[in-house]
Amino acid sequence: MPYIIIDEERCKGCGLCTVACPKKLVSLNDQPNALGYTVAVFNNQENCTGCCFCAEICPDVAITVFKEDLR
Amino acid sequence: MTQLFSRPSSLKDVQTHFCPGCHHGSIHSLVARAMDSFGIAGETIGCASVGCSVFLYNYFHIDVVESPHGRAPAVATGVKRARPDRIVFSYQGDGDLAAIGTSEIIHAANRGEMITVIFVNNTTYGMTGGQMAPTTMPGQKTTTSPNGRNVVNDGKPFRMAELLSNLDGVAYSARIAVNSPKNIIQAKKAIKTAFQYQVEKKGFAFIEALAACPTNWGMNPLVANERVGNEMIPYFPLGVFKNNDNL
Ligand SMILES: Cc1ncc(C[n+]2csc(CCOP(=O)(O)OP(=O)(O)O)c2C)c(N)n1
Ligand code: SF4
Ligand SMILES: [Mg+2]
Repeated sequence: MPYIIIDEERCKGCGLCTVACPKKLVSLNDQPNALGYTVAVFNNQENCTGCCFCAEICPDVAITVFKEDLR
Repeated sequence: MTQLFSRPSSLKDVQTHFCPGCHHGSIHSLVARAMDSFGIAGETIGCASVGCSVFLYNYFHIDVVESPHGRAPAVATGVKRARPDRIVFSYQGDGDLAAIGTSEIIHAANRGEMITVIFVNNTTYGMTGGQMAPTTMPGQKTTTSPNGRNVVNDGKPFRMAELLSNLDGVAYSARIAVNSPKNIIQAKKAIKTAFQYQVEKKGFAFIEALAACPTNWGMNPLVANERVGNEMIPYFPLGVFKNNDNL
């Protein structure tokens, strides 16, 4: 099953990933981080297709996408 | 576990100074991916310009020469002629390339220098606080056009990718955008092609990348990203305007 990891130290909270995700699985946190950015959070692993749109659009390369191999 | 998307290896693993939602970061990442695909970072020399992209050397695992404002194509000409074995590119903003450096880009292109040029058009002078550039949209309010760009006095925005494609010295010229996953796929391909032209010694290659500058447009990053699609692309159409080789 695919999933994403968001690097909270790199995310600047621009929100581009939230509109790029076709399934709307990414949203912005309501609490600011240490730098004052409301960083992106991944909500629902179940529905992630691993399309990588969120990662592709991130100007700060803060998102990495993984897929668990079936054993 | 398989990694489906990871950081390009030519891009340093550091925080950038770019504002939230600034497309310079996205374009840096695509340039790094193009270098990765040919494995050329170790032999590439970047010619940075003056503007928000001035810190190229902080962000790529390559050697970088800083150029005076607008002169990056002239600097790149010298670097490439001295070291023809290296891959040489310039990375320039619209204030840099289409205003103060208009002469340098046109002559380097016309001479058909064996270099790649990445031109980031965000319709403004980002670094200095959002003054009007030759690429500023008709009616766009900037700090030096508070009532909006008046095309009667200031002319209409330059379409650099089309303009350069008319020169015999230019082998490849394309305009891309990074505002949507679909456009990013096209952008990735075009930037790779622009480097391939140099790797295969096929001539001067030019990429115009449309970019958002949320800070100086006075917009939040999402609205600025939308403006690229709604206002810029209709005036600055995406596509390949010259492709000598049909790569
Ligand atoms: C000779 C000279 N003139 C003016 C400046 C001031 N200056 C610094 S950056 C800049 C414009 C940058 O705009 P652009 O090239 O569009 O880059 P951006 O920041 O938008 O990416 C100007 C005019 C300078 N540094 N040197
Ligand atoms: S001022 Fe504009 S071009 Fe410069 S880093 Fe900020 S958003 Fe990017
Ligand atoms: Mg600019």
